[in-house]
Amino acid sequence: MSEPVKVAIIGSGPAGLSAASRAGQLGLSHILLEKTDHLSDTIFKYQKGKRVLATPERLDLRSDCRFAEGAREYILGNWDEDAVNNKVNVVKHAEVTAVTGQKGAFEIKTAKGDVYHAETIVLAIGTQGNPNRMRCEGADLPHIIYQVDDPEDFKDKHITVVGSGDAGIENALGVAEEALENTVTILNRSKDFARAKAKNVSDMMEAAENGFMSIRTETQPKQVEPGWLTLETPTGDEKIPCDVIVARLGSVAPRGFVESMGIEFTGPDREAFPKLSPTFESTVPGIFVIGALAGYPLIKHCMNQGYDVVEFINGNKNLTPADEKDLAAIFANLPQKKSVSEWLDYLRERVRIFADVSPLQMREFMLDSKVAYYRKGDVVFEKGEPGSSLFAIADGHAEVEVGPGITVPIEQGSIFGEVGLISGRKRGATIRAGADSIFVEVSRTAALKLMAAVPGAKRVINRISLERQLLQIFKGGLTVEDLAPVVDAAEVERVPAGKVVLTEGEQGDDVYVIRSGSMVVEKDIGGKPIFLRYLPAGSFFGEMGVLSGQPRNATVKAAVGAELIKLTGESFRKMLAARPQVREATEAAVAERAQMNNFIESRKATYSSAVDLYSDTASFIMKEGLGEATDALLIDENLCVGCDNCEKACADSHEGLSRLDREAGKTFAHLHVPTSCRHCEHPHCMADCPPNVIHRGPDGEVFMEPGCIGCGNCMRNCPYGVIRMEAAPPPKPGLLRWLLTGFGPGPGEPSPKWTKKQLGDEKPKKIAVKCDMCKGIAGGPACVRACPTGAAIRVSPEEFLSIARLQEDAG
Amino acid sequence: MASLFQRRRGKATQTERVRERRHEGFLRYANFRWAKISGGLCLLIIVSYALIDVTPRPNGGSWYGYTLGTIGAGLILWLTALGYRKRKMTSDHWSLKAWTSAHVYLGLSLIVIGTWHTGFQLGWNVHTLAWVLMMLVILSGLYGVIVYSTLPAALSNNRDEMTQMQMLEAIRAFDRQLHAAAQPLTPQDTAPVLAALDEDPFAGGIMARLSGRYPHCATAAALRALGASRSSDAEAREKVVGLLSQKEVALARLRQHLRIRALLEIWLYVHVPLTFALIAALSAHIISVFFYW
Ligand SMILES: Cc1cc2nc3c(=O)[nH]c(=O)nc-3n(C[C@H](O)[C@H](O)[C@H](O)COP(=O)(O)OP(=O)(O)OC[C@H]3O[C@@H](n4cnc5c(N)ncnc54)[C@H](O)[C@@H]3O)c2cc1C
Ligand code: HEM
Ligand code: SF4
Ligand code: SF4
Ligand code: SF4
Repeated sequence: MSEPVKVAIIGSGPAGLSAASRAGQLGLSHILLEKTDHLSDTIFKYQKGKRVLATPERLDLRSDCRFAEGAREYILGNWDEDAVNNKVNVVKHAEVTAVTGQKGAFEIKTAKGDVYHAETIVLAIGTQGNPNRMRCEGADLPHIIYQVDDPEDFKDKHITVVGSGDAGIENALGVAEEALENTVTILNRSKDFARAKAKNVSDMMEAAENGFMSIRTETQPKQVEPGWLTLETPTGDEKIPCDVIVARLGSVAPRGFVESMGIEFTGPDREAFPKLSPTFESTVPGIFVIGALAGYPLIKHCMNQGYDVVEFINGNKNLTPADEKDLAAIFANLPQKKSVSEWLDYLRERVRIFADVSPLQMREFMLDSKVAYYRKGDVVFEKGEPGSSLFAIADGHAEVEVGPGITVPIEQGSIFGEVGLISGRKRGATIRAGADSIFVEVSRTAALKLMAAVPGAKRVINRISLERQLLQIFKGGLTVEDLAPVVDAAEVERVPAGKVVLTEGEQGDDVYVIRSGSMVVEKDIGGKPIFLRYLPAGSFFGEMGVLSGQPRNATVKAAVGAELIKLTGESFRKMLAARPQVREATEAAVAERAQMNNFIESRKATYSSAVDLYSDTASFIMKEGLGEATDALLIDENLCVGCDNCEKACADSHEGLSRLDREAGKTFAHLHVPTSCRHCEHPHCMADCPPNVIHRGPDGEVFMEPGCIGCGNCMRNCPYGVIRMEAAPPPKPGLLRWLLTGFGPGPGEPSPKWTKKQLGDEKPKKIAVKCDMCKGIAGGPACVRACPTGAAIRVSPEEFLSIARLQEDAG
Repeated sequence: MASLFQRRRGKATQTERVRERRHEGFLRYANFRWAKISGGLCLLIIVSYALIDVTPRPNGGSWYGYTLGTIGAGLILWLTALGYRKRKMTSDHWSLKAWTSAHVYLGLSLIVIGTWHTGFQLGWNVHTLAWVLMMLVILSGLYGVIVYSTLPAALSNNRDEMTQMQMLEAIRAFDRQLHAAAQPLTPQDTAPVLAALDEDPFAGGIMARLSGRYPHCATAAALRALGASRSSDAEAREKVVGLLSQKEVALARLRQHLRIRALLEIWLYVHVPLTFALIAALSAHIISVFFYW
């Protein structure tokens, strides 16, 4: 039992520490509770010597603790000093397990059984959560570790890795490095490795084949003893020598713990955050949430919020948020002059998707958005332009060019550009300002966050996008009113890759629209499934059934994980009955498809092998995940002489690092898919980038703008293993000098040896490096330009699998 | 021939950039554009040579000979520039495929340009030396084109999705297993196995590399020795023999890989040095023409 304090801060990361420091400076009675035996566990766990980056640069730091770019050790050292200097009252080994009571009288219990009393609570526990612990006998022995800081710490040891998700496999591969001479075993409870990325699994299998580690499937630890581990295997128990156990069993997200305090989240999705007021107060009065847990993963944001939240708790009402300056800059170019909060209110009042957004969230979204004034007639974007941002109309209206000279207005309060947002595909129509207007452009990431955090916004966006998609597909004077019954009856279905949606020969009349992902259409010809067509997002299928009442004439299955909108046959038929022109237009489209099917069937009779090759190639391409690619590098190994000029060109066009690995990757019928970015429709790499620097550029390229902090999330998230964490090598002597005198490493990526010699002891920071499709290089992709034989090509799957190609091949 | 050159795009627009979308090799590039141009050029020379009556007789010193000579020398310099173009990654719209295509066909046209330039007067002098060197460069280039169009598929088939690093890795993995498996063998049996472990997969010299034959291969020797041996425990020996033959297969794959790669590259070691010899001879030829003719 201890004295009640004014504020208890839970978690001593950058957010919590900064809050406690402010409380210390203000002389508020406070306590900082930290689970581990050191401050700031997340940063403590970074790799040794990692450079911690201080992004965003333009944001000023407002904290009583110091922070600027520097090595992990330096930053942690500073913070330990700052905590003392700011008279922070910290309790370590205090893992909070329960919070009860209400504002003015909270009771905080820790795992050790201590109880603390506080008037207010600042929750700053980050998002790392707790690793799942081993549960067998001996699970509390000290040689069980839950993470590997540096594989080099282990030499000549018997190491067992428990858990075969990506983290476990990566750790196992790390310690299995040949030079370390460890004996590594990895255990997997089930037969296969369904939870890990294909690349990791194949690397692991390869390591096992080469004798670097052994893989034990259907095996679990049973008893841990010093030096030994007993395994439970399908053939009985087995005791193996074991000096270290690395347990990677996943972690429990802190959400459950937070909800147990009564704090509500914005929605059920993984991306959701606690609901917060402009002063970071949660739905439980007196509990404030800041830092990564509140949705702000960058250290600087965390620290500023720590400062701000304690000022708010201390009754400071006039504090302008640290981002005020940035927001003011966003509104600066508009014709009207208003204060930032007036602008925010203006937008929330006038735009439907912002209606339910809290003022705090609004600030956040606006930081990732642009607001611009357009004169009547100004083009906002053009048809065919890639782009994934969402536009909202705050003032005036927009005009969509649906045909030459024909435009359709979109009214104030509504949105446009949602197709790019949802499917990641190119813009479907040109849009102009219909009057002098103000449009808000919300980046894709911010828009997705908005949809996850504000259910109202999600509903509006989904409905509008479905209506528009249907209007675009089914022409013939259809109106939003005609569609209402179809849209009301529509359902969204998620299908995993490979799942069959329609089966040839079955009866059915539902019509499907592909919202995201892609599908392949196959037909059984002569007992073999023959690839007919690739359907990208935005197309539809199943319409033949409604029109003719015949059974399905082909099988449709998902090429990659996809989202479909299912329209019931009945509502669809009613719509067709009401609008005969729509029926005609749809029938015309059906006839065209039928003609193509017939073409392939007739070819199959005469040029069987060409069709088989085309079909098998298509299956191979889909299997390689190219179904979600927008632009992929392929190499025709009938032409590739292995000169690696493509890699050299890539390196020489981009600060010395190659972004493709030509030799690695799968090959079918001499068509090789090298390891290189495919610029996915929905890039997985973007999912979790703390500084949010991965974007889709104007040519559809997925690229990283400067500001990468080197956390490696994108590298882990990319299923195709195309992202490298690497430091740019120092500049090398010019080409002519090399040609004439042989001085320097020559064209291409210099060898690590050369780089090391140039750098000496200096360790430059490693950041994520991936193909940017040669963004900003006028001539286009260097890899393709530099191939002497024409083996290297960049294609989109639609182009590559077009029927024209079959026609070419089959003569 | 209006469609021979498609109009270059004025500027790369934001939305669609120039990409080599068409999938065609360097020989077929742009529907054999450079073959047509080069063929046309040769035809023009042959026909005009027959029609134009230069006095006193056709040779390099006539105005007609000078014209051909200038074109030829210019072409040779331009063809040499490929080595620079290939490695200089400037950002404008060029394609090495187009360059290679032009290089090959225009290079071949030199047979006509150069030979007709001589007016068929050959002898034992520096002028003819230049001509011979040029023909040798062209011949080696021809060989290059032949291997470029026949070997890549074999390279691809042989490597079967493996990278060179992986092939080496596989061999090292067998070596490690061999090391362990050879422990129970008698010293007499161990010796050849150790020799096989010590073998550097890259050793063997250029002839072995190009022919793919390694008569002194220690792995094959160890296999023979152990096959014939009756000492050691039979089971242990069997295991080693099994590993050795697996290693042999892996070695064969790597060697075949290295062989094809060598065949794809070796000719450049003739083509390029001869090019420099040619340029030297050409300079001598031009200087002597202007000073002593
Ligand atoms: C590998 C990696 C590299 C990164 N690099 C950078 C970078 O260079 N620059 C940058 O700006 N950001 C970077 N980030 C992001 C940044 O580290 C985090 O977002 C930030 O640390 C979050 O701060 P926080 O204070 O909200 O939470 P955290 O730093 O996660 O701190 C939470 C603290 O709370 C404690 N805690 C948790 N639960 C309890 C409990 N129940 N009771 C008591 N204490 C508890 C934890 O032990 C921990 O000390 C990186 C992230 C990773 C994973
Ligand atoms: C006198 C005439 C020629 C000269 C001076 C010449 C010179 C060169 C040079 C300097 C290179 C660059 C090599 C490198 O840096 O890698 C080259 C490459 C090449 N040449 Fe020639 N060449 C000539 C004729 C030909 C002919 C007639 C052919 C074909 C029939 C040919 C085929 C090639 C090929 C295929 C390459 C390789 C391209 C590559 O891999 O990048 N050359 N030549
Ligand atoms: S890095 Fe990976 S996930 Fe990201 S776009 Fe490229 S291939 Fe897709
Ligand atoms: S497109 Fe450019 S960045 Fe991408 S792999 Fe090719 S050369 Fe590298
Ligand atoms: S540049 Fe072309 S030929 Fe050379 S390795 Fe790359 S793809 Fe093969």
